[in-house]
Amino acid sequence: MSLKSFHGGIHPPDFKQYSKDASIEVMSPPAKVVIPLSQHIGAPAKPIVKIGDEVLVGQKIAEAGGFVSISMHASISGKITKIGKFNHPAGMMSNAIEITGDGEDKWIELVDEKDYTQLSVDEIKKRIADAGVCGMGGAGFPTHVKLSPPAEKPIDTVILNGVECEPYLTADYRVMLENSAEILAGLKIFMKTVSAKNGVIGIEANKPDAIKIFKQLVKNEANISVVNLKLKYPQGAEKQLIYAATKRKVPNKGGLPMDVKVVVQNVGTAIAVYEAVRYKKPLVERVITVSGKIVKSPKNLKARVGTFYSELLEKCDGTTAEIGKVISGGPMMGFAVSSLEIPMAKTSSGVLLFDEKEAHNDAESVCLRCGRCVDVCPLDLVPSLIVHNVRYEDWETAEKYGTMDCMKCGSCVYVCPSHIKLIQWIDIGKMKINELRRK
Amino acid sequence: MNSVYAVSAAPHIKQKISVNSVMWQVVLALVPALLVGIFFFGIQSLLLTLYSIVAAVATEGIIQKMRKIPITVSDGSAVVTGVLVAFNINVAAPWWLPVIGSVFAIAIGKQIFGGLGFNIFNPALLGRAFLVASWPTLMTAGWTKTQPLWNTFQSSINGLQNISSKVPDAITAATPLGVAKALRDTTLVSSEIANSVMNDLTSSKTIFELFLGNIGGVIGEVSAAALLLGAAYLAWKHIIEWRIPVSFIGTVAVLTFTFGGINGIFSASIMLPIFHIFSGGLILGAFFMATDMVTSPVTKKGRIYFGIGCGVITVVIRLVGGYPEGVSYSILLMNIIVPLLDKYTVPKSFGEVKK
Repeated sequence: MSLKSFHGGIHPPDFKQYSKDASIEVMSPPAKVVIPLSQHIGAPAKPIVKIGDEVLVGQKIAEAGGFVSISMHASISGKITKIGKFNHPAGMMSNAIEITGDGEDKWIELVDEKDYTQLSVDEIKKRIADAGVCGMGGAGFPTHVKLSPPAEKPIDTVILNGVECEPYLTADYRVMLENSAEILAGLKIFMKTVSAKNGVIGIEANKPDAIKIFKQLVKNEANISVVNLKLKYPQGAEKQLIYAATKRKVPNKGGLPMDVKVVVQNVGTAIAVYEAVRYKKPLVERVITVSGKIVKSPKNLKARVGTFYSELLEKCDGTTAEIGKVISGGPMMGFAVSSLEIPMAKTSSGVLLFDEKEAHNDAESVCLRCGRCVDVCPLDLVPSLIVHNVRYEDWETAEKYGTMDCMKCGSCVYVCPSHIKLIQWIDIGKMKINELRRK
Repeated sequence: MNSVYAVSAAPHIKQKISVNSVMWQVVLALVPALLVGIFFFGIQSLLLTLYSIVAAVATEGIIQKMRKIPITVSDGSAVVTGVLVAFNINVAAPWWLPVIGSVFAIAIGKQIFGGLGFNIFNPALLGRAFLVASWPTLMTAGWTKTQPLWNTFQSSINGLQNISSKVPDAITAATPLGVAKALRDTTLVSSEIANSVMNDLTSSKTIFELFLGNIGGVIGEVSAAALLLGAAYLAWKHIIEWRIPVSFIGTVAVLTFTFGGINGIFSASIMLPIFHIFSGGLILGAFFMATDMVTSPVTKKGRIYFGIGCGVITVVIRLVGGYPEGVSYSILLMNIIVPLLDKYTVPKSFGEVKK
C-alpha cells in the first residue's frame, strides 16, 4: 500500500540523525529572559507590569491585545528589568519584556483537576486563552481562536500534526515518544472543544517508533486513527497534511481548514493545551531542538520561553567550528538571525548552527525555464512565471498567477539550478500586492 | 558572542544542482550516441563533433567578450549546442559544415536574443535549419553507408541493403523515411511492390537495425538505443521530464498508425508506428531537443500541448509535406508559440473549489 501524501514536494536529506536519539533534557531556568510581546499571529500582547515589579513563574505579564492575540507569562521568577525593543527570533527588533531572575523558580499556584474532561467547552477555551497558548508548529496562531470556528463552519475532524517535515528538527518527534499520553489527552480536548467526531494523528514514515506508540495507544479508540505519511517535504504544511489525511482540498485564495471541516493542531500544542486545561499551567516552556553539524552535543531541550540561543548552545557544549549562520526554526522556512542573543519564543522549534561553508549562498544566474520549480510546487503554482512578472513589476499578472497563495515552503528554491531566490521575489510580490490592495 | 552572522532568506539548504551541472549532464547523456556514431561511421564523426563544439564555444566566448558581459562558456550550454549541431551532420560532410552550423546556432540562435535563457528557438535546430537551407545536398545522408569499426557487424547491415536494392528505380530516396514517403506518393510502382517494400521496412529485422543505429544517417540520430540510454539518465536525474517526449512520440505513433498506411486510413501495420518512432530524428528530437528547457513550456499542461503539437507537425510533414523528415521543423515551429502555451496553461492553484 502506498503511503498517503500530496503531489509535488521535495526530498531533502533529513539531517535528523544529529539529535533524534537525544532524550529531552530539562534546562534549568536561566538568569535572565526576554519575553517578546509578539510571538504569534495577531495583535501584540499589551504589558500589564512595570519595571521593578516582582513576578512569579506563570504570572501574566502581558494581556492579549485583541481577540486574535495571546497573553504572555513570566517564565522565570524575578524582577521586571526592562520593557522595550529587543531582538526577535524572526530576525527583526520588537517589543519585549526582560525579567531578571531571583534564582528561586517560584511558581504561581497550579491546580490538578483530575476530572478535567468534565469541564465545559467555554471553560476549556478560557483556560487555553488564559495560558497564552498558540500553535507551536511555526506560525503561532492563537489556539483558542482556532478552536472557536463560527457556527456555520462545523468541524468533524481534528488532525494532530506530528509530521515535523523540516530537516534537522526533532522536538516534536521526541515529545511524541516521551509524552504520548499527554498528546492523546490534548487531542481529546481539541475534539471535545470543536465537537469533532474524528481525530487523526499524522506522522511521517521516518518516525516508525512514534507511529507504533500511537497505534498502540489508540487501539481502543474507535474514532481516533494514526496516519502513516510518506516522507516528503512539505508534508507537514497544513493544506498538504489535510489533503493527505482526508483527501479534502482547502480552498485557495485565503481558504481555511475549517472550510473543509478540519482543525489542525501541532503535537506540542496538544501538550500545552492539556497542561493548560488540567493544571491551569501557562505556556512558559517548550521543547526546542539545537542542532547542526558543528554543534558538539545536539540536543532536544525543554527550556523556558525567553531563554537566549547563546545559553541553549552553551548547554550543548558549543560548536566545533566557526559559526557561519544561525537559524531560528527549520532550514526550509526558518529565519536566519545575525546573533545568538536572541530569545526563544513559544513557536521556536529549533535553533540550527551552520558553519561558513553551509552558510554559503550561490549567486543567482539566469532562469533556464527548466520547470523544476513547477514540478515540485505543492500548491500547483508556476513559481518561475510569478517571479518573472514580479521582476518586471507586472503586479496584476503576478497576482493572477497565485502570488498570494504561496506558503513559502521553499521547495522551488531548493531545486532551482540557477540558484534563484524565488521565495524572496515572491515575497516582494506579496508586499507590493498587499500595498496595492490597501489603496 | 557579539559576532554578526550571515543572514539570508529561507530556505537555508539547497540541492546540489547548478546550470553547469545540468548542462554537463546533458553532454554526458549524449556521449553514448556519439560513441555509437563513432562505431558506425568511424573517427571522422568524433572529429566533426569536436570542430562543432570548438566553434560553438568560441562563438559564445567571442560574442560575450564583445558584449562585455561575463564569459560563461564553461557552463556547458554551448557544448550541448555544438554536440547537437554535429549530431545533425552527415559524416561525409566537410569539416566546415558543422562549424558554420554551430557559429550560426550560437550567434543567431542564442546570443542575439541575449544568451542562455532568453533564446526563442532551440539554437542547434536553428543551426541545422540554416545548413539544410544552404547546403541541402551535403546535409542529406545516404542510408546504407555505415562502416562499422568491426567487421563482425558488417553482416547485420545486409537487411537494410537488401531493401535498398528492392526499392524501384522510380523512387530516389536516401533514407528509410524517404522510401516510406515515396511509396505513398508515387504512382510509378505497382501496389504489389509498394506493399512488399513497406512490409520490409516494418519488419522486425529492419526495426531492430533502426533501434541499434545500423542505418545510414547523421552522426547522432542513428541509434535509438544509445539515445534512450542517455535520456533515461536525464529522466532519472530529473533534468528532462516525461511529458514532452511521451506526448510527442505518442502523437506520432497514433497518427502514423491511423494515416501512415499506403492503402488508406488504418491500413498500416502495427509495426509502422514503431518504424516511425525509431526512424529519422524523432528519438533525438523528442528527448534532447523538444525538451530543451529554455525553449519549451514551463507549465505541465503546456508541455503536453507542446509535445502533441510537435507530433502533429512531424507527422504532417512526414506523410504529406515536402520533406521525408519533420522533427526539427516541428520543434522550431512549436518553439514560436511557447510563450502563448505558458500564458494559457497556468494551472489553478491547489485547492480551488469549483463553484
